[in-house]
Amino acid sequence: MGGIFLKNCIRFIILICLQVFLLKNIGYYNLTIPYLYILFILLLPFGIPNWLLFFFAFFTGLTVDVFYDTLGLHAAACTVLAFVRIIYISVTVQRDGFDNEPVPSLGIMGFRWFIFYATILTFFHHLVLFTFETFRLSEFNYTFMRVISSSIFTVFLILLAEFVFFRKKIR
Amino acid sequence: MRNLWIFISKYNAFFLFIIFLTLSYVLLVKNNSYQRASVWNSSNQVIGLAYERVNQFTSYLVLGRANDSLAAENARLRNQLKSSFFDNKIKQKSVIDTVTQQQYTYIEARVVNNSIHQKNNYITINRGKKQGIQKGMGVICSSGIVGIILNVSENYSTIQSLLHSDTRISASVNGNIGSLVWGEGNYNPQLAILKDIPNHVILKKGERVVTSGFSLFPSGLEIGKVTHTDIISGDSFLNIQVSLATNFATLQYVYVVNNLLSNEQQLLEAQNKIE
Repeated sequence: MGGIFLKNCIRFIILICLQVFLLKNIGYYNLTIPYLYILFILLLPFGIPNWLLFFFAFFTGLTVDVFYDTLGLHAAACTVLAFVRIIYISVTVQRDGFDNEPVPSLGIMGFRWFIFYATILTFFHHLVLFTFETFRLSEFNYTFMRVISSSIFTVFLILLAEFVFFRKKIR
Repeated sequence: MRNLWIFISKYNAFFLFIIFLTLSYVLLVKNNSYQRASVWNSSNQVIGLAYERVNQFTSYLVLGRANDSLAAENARLRNQLKSSFFDNKIKQKSVIDTVTQQQYTYIEARVVNNSIHQKNNYITINRGKKQGIQKGMGVICSSGIVGIILNVSENYSTIQSLLHSDTRISASVNGNIGSLVWGEGNYNPQLAILKDIPNHVILKKGERVVTSGFSLFPSGLEIGKVTHTDIISGDSFLNIQVSLATNFATLQYVYVVNNLLSNEQQLLEAQNKIE
């Protein structure tokens, strides 16, 4: 149990640092902006209680907000992300079948499951993020384009990170 | 009670979602100026309407005073009518007036919201873009000057009152031009400070302070009377206290000054900056 906690702590720090110091400066104009830090929420173990998941998601969003100077924006998006994660996992994962595997990662769940998982969650996170940032529906086409292109970039980075770092450890 | 508890714990994810989303939404709107502005803008129309309804009732309470001031203004205007002057000219000739051209027009408006006790005071009136009001116009009332138009919507406008720490109005006393300010330690709604009048000028108590014509207002409009002057040591300008002619507490009807030639003036002055 302590091992999982420590691993998540380190992952949290690395991802936040990567996000706010490196990825904040990377992007295709205003259109494609990667938000890799959501990988932390994606990789929290299956067995985590709902309230703790929401708390972690909210806290992660708030941390990123502090660096981005948009207090509440990422927190809202991460809260939605946590809610979608709970629904998606309850729909696709049989409780008894995967009880012994603790983490929803690429190595354990397989490529097909993971890419759907990452894509859907990233999409909802970005949708809420960009809609709240624009804060009106009149420019929805442009916002939606930003959501799609940023989602593609983020999912690409998530898969890259999974292939490079996490797969080997488990096998 | 027990069933309610079971219901909540069964759908705990949803309730937690609502709680955290509300929390972050509140944070978002409270701390980010852009989002706060868009929430406020949508509610402003509603609030303006509510204020107007309330004002319809409260205006009855000051009806007597409003009538008095209107009657006084009528009398004053009647004094200026041509028919009230005795024509003692001996030689008469008719002049077709192609030399003068109308420079100022006035739009009457009614105050629907007013504040005098804040550090920065604003007034809302029931005239807006549809009635031809633009940002930056001057506002006067029957007894003195009121302020400057700050924001304009379709049917309402807000005035940055004279009682605002950012308001500067060019005023003249005895031909000396200075600027009239409010705030900076003086939060009395009946007093303002006239600055930038040099030390050597000798002023009497009760001297009239009028607009200079350099700013948005026509020249010669009454602003108030000098009540007190003193010299601050080490400063080469007088510190002049002016008691304002406008009674902001009972403001009911105002006039917005439309300077028909201001566009031309601004265009000309903008050329100075380019060169």
